[in-house]
Amino acid sequence: MATVTFDKATRRYPGAERAAVDKLEIEIADGEFLVLVGPSGCGKSTSLRMLAGLEDVNDGAIRIGDRDVTHLPPKDRDIAMVFQNYALYPHMTVADNMGFALKIAGVNKAEIRTRVEEAAKILDLTEYLGRKPKALSGGQRQRVAMGRAIVREPQVFLMDEPLSNLDAKLRVQTRTQIAGLQRRLGTTTVYVTHDQVEAMTMGDRVAVLKDGLLQQVDSPRNMYDRPANLFVAGFIGSPAMNLVEVPITDGGVTFGNSIVPVSREALTAAAEGGDRTVTVGVRPEHFDIAGCEAASLAKDEPAGVAVTVNVVEELGADGYVYGTAEIGGTPTDIVVRVGGRHVPMKGEVLHVVPRAGEIHVFSTSTGERLSD
Amino acid sequence: MTAIDTPARRGPGPAARLAARAGSGAVRVGLLLTAVFWLVPTVGLLISSLRGPADISTTGWWRVFTDPAQLTLHNYADLMGNSTITHALLNSVLITVPATVLVIVIGAMAGYAFAWLEFPGRDWLFLLLIALLVVPIQVALIPVTKLYATFGIFGSLVGVILFHTAFGLPFAIFLLRNFFAEIPRELLEAGRLDGAGELRLFARVVVPLGGPAIASLAIFQFLWVWNDMLVALIFANSGSAPLTVALQQQTRQFGDNIDVLSSGAFLSMVIPLAVFFAFQRQFVSGITAGAVK
Ligand SMILES: Nc1ncnc2c1ncn2[C@@H]1O[C@H](COP(=O)(O)OP(=O)(O)O)[C@@H](O)[C@H]1O
Ligand SMILES: [Mg+2]
Repeated sequence: MATVTFDKATRRYPGAERAAVDKLEIEIADGEFLVLVGPSGCGKSTSLRMLAGLEDVNDGAIRIGDRDVTHLPPKDRDIAMVFQNYALYPHMTVADNMGFALKIAGVNKAEIRTRVEEAAKILDLTEYLGRKPKALSGGQRQRVAMGRAIVREPQVFLMDEPLSNLDAKLRVQTRTQIAGLQRRLGTTTVYVTHDQVEAMTMGDRVAVLKDGLLQQVDSPRNMYDRPANLFVAGFIGSPAMNLVEVPITDGGVTFGNSIVPVSREALTAAAEGGDRTVTVGVRPEHFDIAGCEAASLAKDEPAGVAVTVNVVEELGADGYVYGTAEIGGTPTDIVVRVGGRHVPMKGEVLHVVPRAGEIHVFSTSTGERLSD
Repeated sequence: MTAIDTPARRGPGPAARLAARAGSGAVRVGLLLTAVFWLVPTVGLLISSLRGPADISTTGWWRVFTDPAQLTLHNYADLMGNSTITHALLNSVLITVPATVLVIVIGAMAGYAFAWLEFPGRDWLFLLLIALLVVPIQVALIPVTKLYATFGIFGSLVGVILFHTAFGLPFAIFLLRNFFAEIPRELLEAGRLDGAGELRLFARVVVPLGGPAIASLAIFQFLWVWNDMLVALIFANSGSAPLTVALQQQTRQFGDNIDVLSSGAFLSMVIPLAVFFAFQRQFVSGITAGAVK
């Protein structure tokens, strides 16, 4: 068990202009499950491989516990990794795959057997111990890869998209199993995925990366409630947050026929940046359908913006309305969550206003969060 | 990887169609006839080696089918009694086994280094190695003769072994490097994370995975060295000459030694075959199936 620290760790691949991972700074607590998430190519695997010792660190440092491991070879770091493609030794049985590290470490045969059998029991692999990997299903191989990591009882687990080769149903199942197993073992874990749902459901904390730069590290709740910038706002949450650019007025922003109040500090900050507009983020569940009673800027017209329904996704309990609205003269796609019993028809027009206190305000020019 | 497991599913390519047809009668008979035709000389040699010298020089080997009483193990008894031949047979083994083992061991280690270790000048060195592949053996004969004379190993077993090893290595390294380079990177990384150093990784992961390539290489190198006569004629002396040279010298007294010649030739042919069958089990394709994905 140990903490893990990325201290301005940087990786530049030879010949690349930009660093693949740029001054990454994360402190991971002992026993924590940290998920690194971001779009493909953002440097997640590189970060993980730097921690594993499989990739050079060009600048900065990486520490496991108090130990500076920046330049240690992988075998001296006491970490186990689950690879995206599992990387099982094809010429060894499941038991030998799982026991390989212990054998190298010189653990005696009886002890290896006990530990392998124990791990196999946890992972439901007991009857496959004598098989070679090629005689296993994808899900079983994935579990062997997990088993190989847990029998070692390492300081840190690293997992690089371990579920991406499984089918959707198995993925959801395994997701819960891995998270549960990690809580039970209490081993510090860094988990990489491009799937924000996986990140939000599994992690104690989530770190969002983009183009090698860390965007935000936070608990899933905070990540959802207070995204630090436009990128995180758009990346976390499904369907994604609605992001629209709106003009600033006195005491708030103009949102169609309504004025939505925004804190004075946010508006001042935007004005100081020289902006006349801000980008407002509203989650689909934070739109209210406007009735005629709501205050409207225009006479004879309902408040908020008029959304013409294009598609409705009914999920039973609720539904998502995918529509288009004219905002500031440009057609904008808007997603609204509606109750499952009152689903509008295609072509209908909905008038929606953001719920007060539930909007996120970002600077249009820098993308940074302005509201608190 | 699944493509390797079930090549048939790739759809009916020409080879797949042929393979499917191989089950049908006509093709099977055709294949059988070809195989029999190919085996005729070998069978002929085997039968000749089992006939007396007088029979060999007067009638063809197919006569045994009408007169099986001709068959005798006499030639083999003579062969074993002929000390030149038994000594040469021993020399053949003493040359071929080390020359094969050395090429495999050095070739595999160098192949691993070229494929997976980073060191300055690696790619240039590998290019140079490829260039060595096209150096004909003949251009080295005179310089190496002089070199051996300086070191005093001309005419010795060691000289012959070293020559075969040196000329076997470029191809061995080339072949094994390309084979090892195909091993998924993650497999080696997993090994390193599991605590394996380079040597252990090589012995426990790379070599087992390289099994098919190493087995093929072993067979080719064994055959090449076993059947070699040019190198042995030049670098071996009468004490270190292998079977090929000894048999060739028997032909000078053709007629007298036809018994030893036929049985000796068959023996020299059957040993590489035995080696082939010993390694044959290693030729299982798709040994990496199940490693990744
Ligand atoms: N071995 C490499 N050599 C050069 N560039 C690389 C190498 N591996 C990854 N990269 C680059 O570094 C960036 C980050 O890659 P990676 O960490 O694999 O992304 P992710 O895992 O988030 O999809 C990408 O732009 C990729 O092209
Ligand atoms: Mg990746």
